[in-house]
Amino acid sequence: MTDQEILAGLAEIIDEIAGVPADEVTPEKNFVEDLDIDSLSMVEIAVAAQDKFGVEIPDEQLKDLKTVQDVVNYVSKNS
Amino acid sequence: MKGGGERLPAGVNPLGGTAGGARILAFGGYQPDNVVTNDDLARRVDTSDEWIRSRVGVVSRRIAGPEETVTDMATAAGGKALAGSGLSAGDIDLVIVATCSTEVPIPNVSASVAHRLGIAAPGAYDLNAACAGFCYALANASDAIRAGSARNVLVVGAERMSAWMDWDDRSTCIIFADGAGAAVVGPARAGGPDGIGPVVWGSAGDLAERITIPGRNAGLRQDGQAVFRWTTTALHPVALQACERAGVKPRDVSVFVPHQANLRIIEAIARKLGIPRERVADDIIHAGNTSSASIPLALARMAERGELEPGTPALLLGFGAGMCYAAQVVTVP
Repeated sequence: MTDQEILAGLAEIIDEIAGVPADEVTPEKNFVEDLDIDSLSMVEIAVAAQDKFGVEIPDEQLKDLKTVQDVVNYVSKNS
Repeated sequence: MKGGGERLPAGVNPLGGTAGGARILAFGGYQPDNVVTNDDLARRVDTSDEWIRSRVGVVSRRIAGPEETVTDMATAAGGKALAGSGLSAGDIDLVIVATCSTEVPIPNVSASVAHRLGIAAPGAYDLNAACAGFCYALANASDAIRAGSARNVLVVGAERMSAWMDWDDRSTCIIFADGAGAAVVGPARAGGPDGIGPVVWGSAGDLAERITIPGRNAGLRQDGQAVFRWTTTALHPVALQACERAGVKPRDVSVFVPHQANLRIIEAIARKLGIPRERVADDIIHAGNTSSASIPLALARMAERGELEPGTPALLLGFGAGMCYAAQVVTVP
């Protein structure tokens, strides 16, 4: 899977869970500050990402994934 | 006795139970008078009305008075359910109180509740499956009636969670609250549908450390993210299985009453079950999370407002510390 494909898949998930339009989900965006996504929504996004990409993102890891690019990198590295 | 070949008429249990199963006859609820708003909490811990509403969904909750015990609240709710059932105290021969927040370990709550309601010498025990307690107790009641161990059972969920809070922990003290809910369970009508479907229950002890009260003077601790992940991934299959075992499709239940843990959890589970939001109980908004009391309290309050449709299937799903969970489909009385 390319980074571009992961980004597109992630944008779909974020749109569905947090109602953020997919075109606003760009790599540099910070989840909390730019997209207004809280810690519970991050858990939902992690679970949906696991279903979609087959990569588990544990709770301990979530606090280090601050931007969209961080998640793309994590999925890319662990898939 | 003519040997082993004699047949009993259909529906008759040779052991004296009721082959037709059990049903709920009535609900009763009780909330303390003292209303605590989010703004009240914001004066004590670093939080805000907006933050609590968006993370947990609670707008206000009730907190017991200094002298108000779990037994007091359980008795109040149980008395209302008994009155609504049309039965008299003498008809009840088992009292089960689900609770995890009693002031003292002994005496148990259930025997005192029975005594105060004038129920003479029933079987009486407390049950701790934390927030799943009511669904566990309801299953026990149904099975006792079916097996012939009891004719009618008073089932109560009652909690004074406020006594076990760390009131400086803003991640938990905003969630929990006090109250009680009760149901009277009796034999199903002959030929009628089974009023309490098979329970689907279980536990995940490997996650037990995620919600604890670590000691007598320590408040409740919760790993919110881990609990959120577990509740939003592990529980909808349990509810689905309960529906399957009752022969009901989730979209056909008239009301889904999950434990009122957190509105975000409730909505996430309902979405996964495909149950429309308007059929999902959201009593947490003004009752808070009252642990084992939340399901019967929500049902009692909905019944009072005329929001329950008698004769229709309701899906109940309890879950919480342990981690214990239980689900069943019941017929609305």
